[in-house]
Amino acid sequence: MQVSVKKQGGTLYAALVGELDHHSAAPVRQKLDAALGGDINELVLDMRGVSFMDSSGIGVILGRYKLLRDRGGKLRVSAMSSYAERIFRMAGMLPLLAGSGTAGMGARRAADNKGGKKHV
Amino acid sequence: MYENRMQLRFGSISQNESFARTVAAAFAAQLNPTIEELTDIRTAVSEAVTNAIIHGYENNPNRAVELRCSICGDMLTIVVADEGKGIEDVMLAMQPFYTSVPSLERSGMGFAVMEAFMDDVRVESAPGQGTKVTMQKHIAVVGCDG
Repeated sequence: MQVSVKKQGGTLYAALVGELDHHSAAPVRQKLDAALGGDINELVLDMRGVSFMDSSGIGVILGRYKLLRDRGGKLRVSAMSSYAERIFRMAGMLPLLAGSGTAGMGARRAADNKGGKKHV
Repeated sequence: MYENRMQLRFGSISQNESFARTVAAAFAAQLNPTIEELTDIRTAVSEAVTNAIIHGYENNPNRAVELRCSICGDMLTIVVADEGKGIEDVMLAMQPFYTSVPSLERSGMGFAVMEAFMDDVRVESAPGQGTKVTMQKHIAVVGCDG
C-alpha cells in the first residue's frame, strides 16, 4: 500500500492507495506514525484509493484514532467507500470519526489536497 | 445441480492473505456474484486467513494454511483450516472486539466481519488441534447465460 502525506499547519493529510489488510498494516502504521510529529493534532485519512480493507485496516485506523485522541487531537476519514463505511460502522467507529465523509462528500477535499504530496 | 470444488495449500505468510482472497473470489465468480458479494467473500476469507496466520500459527511463516472452496447449486462453501494452536474458547473468540493480543492493535472484529458478510459461519477448534472455519454464502441467481 502506498501512503502519501502532506502537512498543513497542525493537520497531516495522508492518502492511502491500495489494499489495507494485515500484511500492509505494519508499514502503513510505521509511515503514519513517522509523519505524526508532536505538532500534529489532526490526521485526515483520504481513503479514496483504498481498494480493499478488512478488520486489520480498522485496527490501524483505530490505533491512530487513539493516538490522536490521547494528545487532544482528532482523526477524520475522507472519501471512504460505502464498503469501508460498513466495516467502520460494524466496529462502532463511525461516531468517533467526527466530520468524516463518504466518497462523494470527500472527493472534493481529496482533489483539493492533491498537489504537493510526497511519498514516504 | 452444478457442482465444483477446489483446494489450495499455501504458506502461512501475510503476503498470502491477498492471494487467498483473490483465489476465493475468482472461484466464486462462476456463480455470477454481484461486486458487493465478491467483496464480502474477499473480506471474509481475508479475516479467516489472517486469523490462521496470526493466531493459529502465531506468525510462524513455515506452516501451511488450507483453503477449500466448493459450489453446490447456488451455495458457496469456503473452508479455511490451519493446524495451529487452536482456540480454547470459541464462543469467547467470536465475541466482537475480543482479541487475544491487545498489544497488536487488532480490532477484534474478524469473526464479526465473517458473520456479517457470509450467511453462515462455523468454527471448529480445540487447543493443539488447529482451527477450521467453514463459511457459506448463498449467491442469488440474477441471470443465467447457460
